[in-house]
Amino acid sequence: MKRLFLGATVVALAVTVVFALWVTPSRPSQGFDAVRLLYLHVPTAWIAYLAFGVTALASLLWLIPRTRDTTWDLLAGASAEVGVLFTGLTLILGSLWGKPAWGTWWEWDARLTTTAILFFLYLGYLALRRTGATSEERGTRSAIAALIAFVDVPVSYLSVTWWQTLHQPGTVFNSNRHVLIDGSMAFTLIAAVVSFTMLYAYLVVERFQLAQLEEGREERELQRAIAERVRADQVEVAPV
Amino acid sequence: MSFVRDALVIAGKDLRIERRSRVALQQIIPFGGIVVLLFAFALDSDRTLLHQAAPGLFWAAVLLAVLLAVGRSFSVEEANRARDGLRLSGIDGGSIFVGKAAAVAVELFLLEIVVGAAVVVLYDVTVRGIVVLLCSAVAATVGLAAAGTVYGVLAGGLRARETLVPLLLLPAVTPVMLGGTRAFQAALDGSPGDAWPWIQLLTAFAVLAVAAGTVAFGPLLEAA
Repeated sequence: MKRLFLGATVVALAVTVVFALWVTPSRPSQGFDAVRLLYLHVPTAWIAYLAFGVTALASLLWLIPRTRDTTWDLLAGASAEVGVLFTGLTLILGSLWGKPAWGTWWEWDARLTTTAILFFLYLGYLALRRTGATSEERGTRSAIAALIAFVDVPVSYLSVTWWQTLHQPGTVFNSNRHVLIDGSMAFTLIAAVVSFTMLYAYLVVERFQLAQLEEGREERELQRAIAERVRADQVEVAPV
Repeated sequence: MSFVRDALVIAGKDLRIERRSRVALQQIIPFGGIVVLLFAFALDSDRTLLHQAAPGLFWAAVLLAVLLAVGRSFSVEEANRARDGLRLSGIDGGSIFVGKAAAVAVELFLLEIVVGAAVVVLYDVTVRGIVVLLCSAVAATVGLAAAGTVYGVLAGGLRARETLVPLLLLPAVTPVMLGGTRAFQAALDGSPGDAWPWIQLLTAFAVLAVAAGTVAFGPLLEAA
């Protein structure tokens, strides 16, 4: 099943690449071919928001006593890892596009700044997660840290509407609900978002399963150590 | 009422420890001073540049000192397993949070007076708009102390606590850095009216940080 999904993801990504590189037109006003970075930059940013949303939701489910389960803690961590990766990619791709289009690698624009802060907030979250070996040790701390960090996600998303900055507002999802691009560009953008979402799902499942194995190993080692200790005690007691 | 009384007991305890150990007085406040001095080296003691950058440098110095104050606030709970004592005291987590944050805020106010005086003298700044300066300093300090206390307990008891708190706290308090700097800039430029939106931002941050801390501190103290 997972292999089939991986295959479908690869096909979807391949279609996106073909459309992004050869079918869509270049734009002289946006750095000619640099505009093609749009088909990477928009989906990576979307995945970052999605990933942190999933992390926040899973953290909330961990914090509610009735739904508390190791699954949520591990899912929150797996999704945040992928989210940090994609936030980093978003910043790098945006920067690469910024040089030809804006004439600068970096601008202290509200969207850019809040995204950079987002990156560091979740880097801190991942560092915090690494301090506890099991879900019980790190669960509550990291869940609360994830919820605090998530406050920046809507701020970052809405920053272009609130402050009218250099970064352009939403092309597809904007306040007028009017899609500003059409034809092959719109199709490619949608294909990119769909294929990257599939990639995100695949990566999260991989990371989640790995985390489950790690968690299981910790537990097994603990049980083994206890069993050894008990055996050692029994040997000592035996002669008496 | 017991909420406030308990918070005062905790704040009194922390401040008494600081008064007796003199760590805040002899280490954290001088640290703020040396940072102010270092910035002058970084900007090659260019008076115009220092004058222009003074509000930002002031808050950067305070922000760095917050890390020490928060670290100190929780390292006193590590000794003799005092944290277990707090947990077993039966005091509500929210009260402990407000008490500890209040103690950090008092230390920060003292620090800000010293750092502020150093900035005025060394960076050649003329103080104007005193009401705006005070309002923004109060709002920013409450926000910083509250956010710092939340992250302090979040990393409490962990081996990597000292390095983790800066990484967690500094990105989270960027709104304070921005708001504090802009409000001070407006006051010093003689246009205090421009500072009020920033004071609103600082107040909103402080309210959110206090609310989040009051709710989250109890569970975090249990987890620590």
